[in-house]
Amino acid sequence: MKKKYLVLFGLVLVFMPKYANAMHIMEGYLSPFWAGLWTIVSLPFVILGFRNISKMVKEDGNKKILIALMGAFVFVLSALKLPSITGSSSHPTGVGLGAIVLGPSVMSVIGMIVLIFQALLLAHGGITTLGANTFSMAIVGPFVAFGIYKLSQKAGWKKEFSIFLAAAFGNLITYVVTSFQLAMAHAGANEGFMELLVKFLSIFAITQIPLAIAEGILSVIVYNLIAGYKEEGVLAYEKNI
Amino acid sequence: MKKTYKNLLLLFIVVILIAVPILVIKDSEFAGSDSLAEEAIPESYTPWFSPLWEPPGGETETLIFTLQGAIGTGIIAYFLGYMKGKAKNANN
Repeated sequence: MKKKYLVLFGLVLVFMPKYANAMHIMEGYLSPFWAGLWTIVSLPFVILGFRNISKMVKEDGNKKILIALMGAFVFVLSALKLPSITGSSSHPTGVGLGAIVLGPSVMSVIGMIVLIFQALLLAHGGITTLGANTFSMAIVGPFVAFGIYKLSQKAGWKKEFSIFLAAAFGNLITYVVTSFQLAMAHAGANEGFMELLVKFLSIFAITQIPLAIAEGILSVIVYNLIAGYKEEGVLAYEKNI
Repeated sequence: MKKTYKNLLLLFIVVILIAVPILVIKDSEFAGSDSLAEEAIPESYTPWFSPLWEPPGGETETLIFTLQGAIGTGIIAYFLGYMKGKAKNANN
Protein backbone atom coordinates (compact mmCIF):
# COMPACT_ATOMS: atom_id res chain seq x y z
CA MET A 1 0.00 0.00 0.00
CA LYS A 2 2.65 2.46 1.10
CA LYS A 3 4.91 1.34 -1.73
CA LYS A 4 2.19 2.00 -4.27
CA TYR A 5 1.85 5.55 -3.03
CA LEU A 6 5.58 6.10 -3.17
CA VAL A 7 5.80 4.83 -6.73
CA LEU A 8 2.84 6.98 -7.72
CA PHE A 9 4.36 10.00 -6.05
CA GLY A 10 7.64 9.39 -7.83
CA LEU A 11 5.89 9.11 -11.19
CA VAL A 12 3.99 12.31 -10.56
CA LEU A 13 7.23 14.08 -9.65
CA VAL A 14 8.85 12.93 -12.88
CA PHE A 15 6.02 13.53 -15.33
CA MET A 16 4.23 16.53 -13.98
CA PRO A 17 5.51 20.07 -14.03
CA LYS A 18 5.64 20.81 -10.35
CA TYR A 19 4.00 24.06 -9.50
CA ALA A 20 5.14 24.50 -5.95
CA ASN A 21 1.82 25.69 -4.64
CA ALA A 22 1.51 25.74 -0.95
CA MET A 23 -1.69 24.85 0.82
CA HIS A 24 -5.25 26.18 0.50
CA ILE A 25 -7.77 23.76 -0.91
CA MET A 26 -7.13 23.39 -4.62
CA GLU A 27 -9.61 24.47 -7.30
CA GLY A 28 -12.29 21.85 -7.91
CA TYR A 29 -11.35 19.67 -4.94
CA LEU A 30 -14.55 20.31 -3.02
CA SER A 31 -17.82 19.02 -4.42
CA PRO A 32 -20.44 21.67 -5.27
CA PHE A 33 -22.29 20.83 -2.03
CA TRP A 34 -19.31 21.60 0.23
CA ALA A 35 -18.23 24.54 -1.89
CA GLY A 36 -21.70 26.06 -1.50
CA LEU A 37 -21.94 25.26 2.20
CA TRP A 38 -18.66 26.97 3.11
CA THR A 39 -19.58 29.98 0.99
CA ILE A 40 -22.84 30.37 2.90
CA VAL A 41 -21.05 29.98 6.25
CA SER A 42 -18.40 32.57 5.32
CA LEU A 43 -20.69 35.20 3.85
CA PRO A 44 -22.01 36.81 7.08
CA PHE A 45 -18.47 37.31 8.41
CA VAL A 46 -17.35 39.00 5.22
CA ILE A 47 -20.40 41.28 5.22
CA LEU A 48 -19.73 42.17 8.87
CA GLY A 49 -16.12 42.90 7.93
CA PHE A 50 -17.15 45.24 5.09
CA ARG A 51 -19.45 47.11 7.47
CA ASN A 52 -16.73 47.50 10.08
CA ILE A 53 -14.21 48.68 7.49
CA SER A 54 -16.51 51.37 6.11
CA LYS A 55 -17.23 52.50 9.68
CA MET A 56 -13.52 52.70 10.45
CA VAL A 57 -12.66 54.60 7.29
CA LYS A 58 -15.29 57.21 8.17
CA GLU A 59 -14.00 57.53 11.73
CA ASP A 60 -10.40 58.66 11.34
CA GLY A 61 -7.44 58.67 9.02
CA ASN A 62 -5.21 56.61 11.26
CA LYS A 63 -7.45 53.63 10.78
CA LYS A 64 -7.00 53.81 7.02
CA ILE A 65 -3.25 53.63 7.49
CA LEU A 66 -3.56 50.63 9.76
CA ILE A 67 -5.93 48.80 7.41
CA ALA A 68 -3.49 49.34 4.53
CA LEU A 69 -0.57 48.20 6.70
CA MET A 70 -2.28 45.04 7.94
CA GLY A 71 -3.50 44.20 4.44
CA ALA A 72 0.02 44.63 3.11
CA PHE A 73 1.35 42.37 5.88
CA VAL A 74 -1.01 39.58 4.78
CA PHE A 75 0.01 40.17 1.16
CA VAL A 76 3.72 39.85 1.94
CA LEU A 77 3.46 36.84 4.23
CA SER A 78 1.22 34.83 1.95
CA ALA A 79 3.69 35.38 -0.90
CA LEU A 80 6.44 33.69 1.11
CA LYS A 81 6.54 29.96 0.66
CA LEU A 82 8.75 28.81 3.47
CA PRO A 83 10.44 25.43 3.69
CA SER A 84 9.62 23.35 6.73
CA ILE A 85 10.92 20.35 8.64
CA THR A 86 8.67 17.94 6.75
CA GLY A 87 10.48 18.63 3.49
CA SER A 88 7.55 20.47 2.00
CA SER A 89 6.75 24.14 2.11
CA SER A 90 3.77 26.25 3.01
CA HIS A 91 3.17 29.85 3.89
CA PRO A 92 2.26 32.01 6.84
CA THR A 93 -1.09 33.81 6.76
CA GLY A 94 -0.42 37.17 8.42
CA VAL A 95 -4.00 37.53 9.60
CA GLY A 96 -3.33 37.26 13.34
CA LEU A 97 -1.69 40.65 13.78
CA GLY A 98 -4.44 42.49 11.92
CA ALA A 99 -7.08 40.68 13.95
CA ILE A 100 -5.49 42.03 17.14
CA VAL A 101 -5.06 45.59 15.89
CA LEU A 102 -8.25 46.05 13.84
CA GLY A 103 -10.57 43.28 14.99
CA PRO A 104 -11.02 39.87 13.35
CA SER A 105 -13.87 40.67 10.94
CA VAL A 106 -11.73 43.24 9.10
CA MET A 107 -9.26 40.47 8.35
CA SER A 108 -12.07 38.32 6.93
CA VAL A 109 -12.35 40.85 4.09
CA ILE A 110 -8.60 41.36 3.66
CA GLY A 111 -7.91 37.63 3.75
CA MET A 112 -10.60 36.99 1.17
CA ILE A 113 -9.14 39.62 -1.17
CA VAL A 114 -5.72 37.97 -0.97
CA LEU A 115 -7.30 34.56 -1.61
CA ILE A 116 -9.09 35.90 -4.71
CA PHE A 117 -5.83 37.38 -6.00
CA GLN A 118 -4.05 34.07 -5.58
CA ALA A 119 -6.89 32.03 -7.06
CA LEU A 120 -7.13 34.14 -10.21
CA LEU A 121 -3.48 34.91 -10.88
CA LEU A 122 -1.59 32.01 -9.35
CA ALA A 123 -3.99 29.06 -9.68
CA HIS A 124 -3.43 28.82 -5.97
CA GLY A 125 -6.49 27.85 -3.98
CA GLY A 126 -9.51 28.44 -6.19
CA ILE A 127 -12.78 30.21 -6.90
CA THR A 128 -14.91 27.12 -6.17
CA THR A 129 -12.99 26.62 -2.91
CA LEU A 130 -12.93 30.33 -2.01
CA GLY A 131 -15.66 29.93 0.61
CA ALA A 132 -13.85 27.10 2.38
CA ASN A 133 -10.46 28.81 2.20
CA THR A 134 -11.94 32.09 3.42
CA PHE A 135 -13.48 30.23 6.35
CA SER A 136 -10.18 28.67 7.41
CA MET A 137 -7.70 31.48 6.73
CA ALA A 138 -9.81 34.63 7.00
CA ILE A 139 -12.42 33.68 9.61
CA VAL A 140 -11.28 30.93 12.00
CA GLY A 141 -7.64 32.10 11.89
CA PRO A 142 -8.30 35.76 12.82
CA PHE A 143 -11.07 34.99 15.33
CA VAL A 144 -8.98 32.38 17.15
CA ALA A 145 -5.98 34.73 17.14
CA PHE A 146 -8.14 37.52 18.57
CA GLY A 147 -9.54 35.22 21.28
CA ILE A 148 -6.12 33.94 22.30
CA TYR A 149 -4.78 37.49 22.47
CA LYS A 150 -7.62 38.60 24.75
CA LEU A 151 -7.23 35.56 27.04
CA SER A 152 -3.49 36.00 27.21
CA GLN A 153 -3.88 39.68 28.10
CA LYS A 154 -6.41 38.74 30.80
CA ALA A 155 -3.87 36.31 32.22
CA GLY A 156 -1.55 39.30 32.51
CA TRP A 157 1.12 38.01 30.14
CA LYS A 158 3.40 40.41 28.31
CA LYS A 159 1.88 42.07 25.28
CA GLU A 160 4.60 40.85 22.93
CA PHE A 161 4.17 37.28 24.13
CA SER A 162 0.38 37.53 23.72
CA ILE A 163 0.82 38.67 20.11
CA PHE A 164 3.26 35.86 19.43
CA LEU A 165 0.87 33.24 20.80
CA ALA A 166 -2.13 34.68 18.98
CA ALA A 167 -0.44 34.90 15.57
CA ALA A 168 1.18 31.47 15.87
CA PHE A 169 -2.03 29.70 16.86
CA GLY A 170 -4.08 31.65 14.31
CA ASN A 171 -1.73 30.28 11.67
CA LEU A 172 -1.84 26.71 12.98
CA ILE A 173 -5.62 26.57 13.38
CA THR A 174 -6.05 27.66 9.75
CA TYR A 175 -4.44 24.44 8.59
CA VAL A 176 -6.23 22.30 11.14
CA VAL A 177 -9.51 23.64 9.72
CA THR A 178 -8.32 22.98 6.16
CA SER A 179 -7.59 19.37 7.15
CA PHE A 180 -11.07 18.98 8.67
CA GLN A 181 -12.69 20.48 5.57
CA LEU A 182 -10.87 18.11 3.23
CA ALA A 183 -11.53 15.07 5.41
CA MET A 184 -15.24 15.89 5.69
CA ALA A 185 -15.57 16.38 1.95
CA HIS A 186 -13.69 13.25 0.93
CA ALA A 187 -14.64 10.71 3.57
CA GLY A 188 -16.16 7.77 1.79
CA ALA A 189 -16.45 4.02 1.64
CA ASN A 190 -12.75 3.23 1.25
CA GLU A 191 -11.35 5.76 3.66
CA GLY A 192 -13.18 6.96 6.72
CA PHE A 193 -13.23 10.50 8.06
CA MET A 194 -10.73 9.84 10.85
CA GLU A 195 -8.23 8.13 8.60
CA LEU A 196 -8.29 11.01 6.14
CA LEU A 197 -8.17 13.60 8.89
CA VAL A 198 -4.98 12.09 10.31
CA LYS A 199 -3.53 12.00 6.80
CA PHE A 200 -4.28 15.65 6.06
CA LEU A 201 -3.24 16.83 9.50
CA SER A 202 0.11 15.10 9.13
CA ILE A 203 0.58 16.81 5.75
CA PHE A 204 -0.59 20.29 6.70
CA ALA A 205 -0.31 20.78 10.44
CA ILE A 206 3.15 19.33 11.06
CA THR A 207 4.58 21.34 8.17
CA GLN A 208 3.00 24.40 9.68
CA ILE A 209 4.52 24.23 13.18
CA PRO A 210 7.86 25.98 12.53
CA LEU A 211 6.12 28.37 10.13
CA ALA A 212 3.56 29.26 12.79
CA ILE A 213 6.40 30.12 15.17
CA ALA A 214 8.01 32.22 12.43
CA GLU A 215 4.74 34.05 11.80
CA GLY A 216 4.34 34.71 15.53
CA ILE A 217 7.79 36.30 15.72
CA LEU A 218 7.33 38.36 12.52
CA SER A 219 4.04 39.68 13.87
CA VAL A 220 5.79 40.82 17.05
CA ILE A 221 8.47 42.63 15.01
CA VAL A 222 5.92 44.53 12.91
CA TYR A 223 3.89 45.31 16.02
CA ASN A 224 6.99 46.73 17.72
CA LEU A 225 7.66 48.97 14.71
CA ILE A 226 4.11 50.33 14.77
CA ALA A 227 3.97 50.66 18.55
CA GLY A 228 7.13 52.79 18.44
CA TYR A 229 5.18 55.44 16.53
CA LYS A 230 2.29 55.25 18.93
CA GLU A 231 4.67 56.41 21.67
CA GLU A 232 5.63 59.38 19.54
CA GLY A 233 2.01 60.40 19.17
CA VAL A 234 1.71 59.64 15.45
CA LEU A 235 -0.90 56.97 15.95
CA ALA A 236 -3.00 58.63 18.55
CA TYR A 237 -6.21 57.13 19.97
CA GLU A 238 -5.44 53.57 18.96
CA LYS A 239 -6.79 51.49 21.81
CA ASN A 240 -5.39 48.22 20.57
CA ILE A 241 -1.77 49.26 20.09
CA MET B 1 17.84 51.55 20.31
CA LYS B 2 17.25 48.66 22.65
CA LYS B 3 14.08 47.86 20.74
CA THR B 4 15.98 47.74 17.47
CA TYR B 5 18.34 45.11 18.88
CA LYS B 6 15.41 43.10 20.14
CA ASN B 7 13.77 43.16 16.72
CA LEU B 8 17.01 42.16 15.01
CA LEU B 9 17.41 39.26 17.42
CA LEU B 10 13.84 38.13 16.72
CA LEU B 11 14.48 38.36 12.97
CA PHE B 12 17.60 36.25 13.41
CA ILE B 13 15.53 33.52 15.08
CA VAL B 14 13.13 33.52 12.10
CA VAL B 15 16.04 33.18 9.68
CA ILE B 16 17.34 30.19 11.63
CA LEU B 17 13.87 28.56 11.71
CA ILE B 18 13.66 28.76 7.94
CA ALA B 19 17.29 27.95 7.17
CA VAL B 20 17.54 24.77 9.24
CA PRO B 21 15.17 22.65 7.08
CA ILE B 22 16.98 23.76 3.93
CA LEU B 23 20.35 22.78 5.36
CA VAL B 24 19.30 19.60 7.15
CA ILE B 25 16.89 17.97 4.70
CA LYS B 26 19.00 17.06 1.73
CA ASP B 27 16.97 15.45 -1.02
CA SER B 28 13.80 17.48 -1.00
CA GLU B 29 12.36 20.02 -3.38
CA PHE B 30 10.14 21.46 -0.66
CA ALA B 31 7.03 21.09 -2.76
CA GLY B 32 3.91 22.87 -1.57
CA SER B 33 1.96 20.99 1.07
CA ASP B 34 -1.20 21.17 -1.03
CA SER B 35 0.32 19.11 -3.82
CA LEU B 36 0.91 16.43 -1.18
CA ALA B 37 -2.70 16.78 -0.09
CA GLU B 38 -3.75 16.14 -3.67
CA GLU B 39 -2.01 12.75 -3.38
CA ALA B 40 -3.91 11.97 -0.20
CA ILE B 41 -7.35 12.56 -1.71
CA PRO B 42 -9.00 9.23 -2.66
CA GLU B 43 -8.31 8.35 -6.29
CA SER B 44 -12.01 7.94 -6.97
CA TYR B 45 -12.44 11.71 -6.81
CA THR B 46 -12.14 13.79 -9.94
CA PRO B 47 -11.99 17.59 -9.59
CA TRP B 48 -15.05 19.15 -11.20
CA PHE B 49 -13.50 22.53 -11.89
CA SER B 50 -10.06 23.63 -12.92
CA PRO B 51 -8.38 27.02 -12.52
CA LEU B 52 -9.60 29.63 -15.00
CA TRP B 53 -6.04 30.68 -15.69
CA GLU B 54 -2.69 29.28 -14.67
CA PRO B 55 0.72 30.87 -14.90
CA PRO B 56 2.27 29.33 -18.04
CA GLY B 57 5.29 28.14 -16.08
CA GLY B 58 7.46 28.39 -13.03
CA GLU B 59 9.05 31.66 -14.12
CA THR B 60 5.76 33.49 -14.59
CA GLU B 61 4.54 32.13 -11.29
CA THR B 62 7.67 33.44 -9.60
CA LEU B 63 7.03 36.83 -11.20
CA ILE B 64 3.51 37.05 -9.78
CA PHE B 65 4.57 35.88 -6.33
CA THR B 66 7.38 38.43 -6.35
CA LEU B 67 4.97 41.17 -7.40
CA GLN B 68 2.64 40.20 -4.58
CA GLY B 69 5.46 40.43 -2.04
CA ALA B 70 6.83 43.63 -3.54
CA ILE B 71 3.48 45.43 -3.52
CA GLY B 72 2.96 44.52 0.12
CA THR B 73 6.46 45.51 1.12
CA GLY B 74 6.14 48.81 -0.71
CA ILE B 75 2.97 49.72 1.19
CA ILE B 76 4.48 48.78 4.55
CA ALA B 77 7.69 50.71 3.87
CA TYR B 78 5.76 53.76 2.65
CA PHE B 79 3.67 54.01 5.79
CA LEU B 80 6.54 53.35 8.18
CA GLY B 81 8.46 56.14 6.45
CA TYR B 82 5.41 58.39 6.50
CA MET B 83 4.98 57.87 10.22
CA LYS B 84 8.66 58.48 10.85
CA GLY B 85 8.44 61.80 9.04
CA LYS B 86 5.29 62.73 10.89
CA ALA B 87 6.93 61.94 14.22
CA LYS B 88 9.92 64.12 13.30
CA ASN B 89 7.65 67.04 12.45
CA ALA B 90 5.73 66.65 15.68
CA ASN B 91 8.93 66.84 17.68
CA ASN B 92 10.16 70.03 16.01
